[in-house]
Amino acid sequence: MTTRQSSRRNFLARLAAGAGALALTGCDRLVQDDNVDAVLRQTEKLTLAGQRALLSRHALAREYTEADLSPVFRANGTQMPDSNEYARLLEGSFMDWRLKVDGLVERPQSLSLAELKRFPSRTQITRHDCVEGWSAIGKWHGVPLAHVLDAAGLKPGARYVVLHCADDLEKALDGSGRYYESIDLIDAYHPQTILAYGMNGRDLPVRHGAPLRLRVERQLGYKQAKYLMRIEVVDGFSTLFGGKGGFWEDRGYEWYAGI
Amino acid sequence: MSTSSIPNTMPPAARQRFIRRHSPTVRATHWLNVLCLSFLLLSGLQIFNAHPRLYWGQYGADPDAAFLSIGTRQTGSASQGFLQVGPLHIETTGFLGVSDEGGSATARAFPAWLTIPSYHDLGAGRRWHFFFAWLLVLNGLLYLAHGFWRGHFRRDLVPSSGQLAPRHLRHEVLDHARLRFARGEEARRYNALQKLSYLVVVFGLLPLMVLTGLTMSPGLDAAFHFLPDLFGGRASARTIHFVTAFLLVSFVVVHVVMVIASGLWNNLRSMLTGQYAITDEGTRP
Repeated sequence: MTTRQSSRRNFLARLAAGAGALALTGCDRLVQDDNVDAVLRQTEKLTLAGQRALLSRHALAREYTEADLSPVFRANGTQMPDSNEYARLLEGSFMDWRLKVDGLVERPQSLSLAELKRFPSRTQITRHDCVEGWSAIGKWHGVPLAHVLDAAGLKPGARYVVLHCADDLEKALDGSGRYYESIDLIDAYHPQTILAYGMNGRDLPVRHGAPLRLRVERQLGYKQAKYLMRIEVVDGFSTLFGGKGGFWEDRGYEWYAGI
Repeated sequence: MSTSSIPNTMPPAARQRFIRRHSPTVRATHWLNVLCLSFLLLSGLQIFNAHPRLYWGQYGADPDAAFLSIGTRQTGSASQGFLQVGPLHIETTGFLGVSDEGGSATARAFPAWLTIPSYHDLGAGRRWHFFFAWLLVLNGLLYLAHGFWRGHFRRDLVPSSGQLAPRHLRHEVLDHARLRFARGEEARRYNALQKLSYLVVVFGLLPLMVLTGLTMSPGLDAAFHFLPDLFGGRASARTIHFVTAFLLVSFVVVHVVMVIASGLWNNLRSMLTGQYAITDEGTRP
């Protein structure tokens, strides 16, 4: 009797495990189905349209006080770009570094750090929200992107600003893995969208993107591109890298990261 | 009345009749809610796994103190999973922190069978979560509009003053504990404990879930600066979101147990077709 009971229990346990595995693979199959995914991706449009309807073009992200600063601001992603070019620039204290501004602009620019610092600047204490769920509060100092774009002058047809970075976050065999990001002109001209060269009252540290990083305060952390090298103004990003408008977007994250 | 030769010594048998219990809108929104909450829970745990630590305040990241964390500790060649809540440290290897994924012990907060997808993919988890979050909100708004407009809340969910009397409540708690359920006329309406728990879920937990979820959005925080303050900061809102999810799961467990204990088929039928059988008080069971 005990053997029959235990074999029945075994059978039931196997049945339960089997049912669990079936549900699991069923869910995974749904996740991997392209049609299902295409439907789910429509949500991003709903979210973007919803947030744009609620957010006025210039609605500011909350700004905090010095007392609210995170004692230690977690560095994320690349913390030291692994290239000879970057090592050389760092060694020269970024004296030789230039920010190129090109694409659909009237006057392509090549700006040194000193030149960027001559533009009017903005300081803001804001909260950085990582897609993973953690947040940190930091003080950023830099030039509003709008000033730089105005200096270059946008050509008709300009729709997005692409930020090209110095770092490879994930070096693939085909050489792809270069970090980049893109934002539209609404966010590019937002008063809190700045190219930051200072953090917490000092020069921007290497682990946080020296010499220059983007702050686009109404979106998540992966939009805040670090180690900026070039700003390209484009009418679309489908031909760039993976075609989705950013390093993480090419790996499955939403392009609009306001949520 | 009829002259029967058999003397009427048998007590009358319990008589069954059907009443219409749930309106079509309540039934449709209920099942859509089941679908939404299931996917939201499992995709939510996928998102939680990306950073399995909870904080209190405006900010919170690895260098800051967490009040709850799920983690993995390497001791020699074996890895151990643990749950840390304040000073409380619980070994959870096999379930939390370390669990089986594809046949090998893997460091992950919640196990594969509790996340969508089963493997680590934050992007996919977020897509499923936000899709069903939109659906939940639209479904909820429909339910609320219907409930106010057709008087469902007033008629069926607000307890009568008699039901709220301490004596009555004590009586109900005891009945619940003994799994004794109302029959006859009394079964036509929800009891006070049911009404109160449904009200807490509909007007407390679910709105709290939506609001704390919205507070985690940097975009919406820019539109509504009061949102983080409502919950003591974004990190706190994330914590409340998690705790509220746990409370909702607890509600569902009790709800399902009660559904089964008080007559699974009758309850299921009433939520599918609207028809609920009432057994009139006969003296014979």
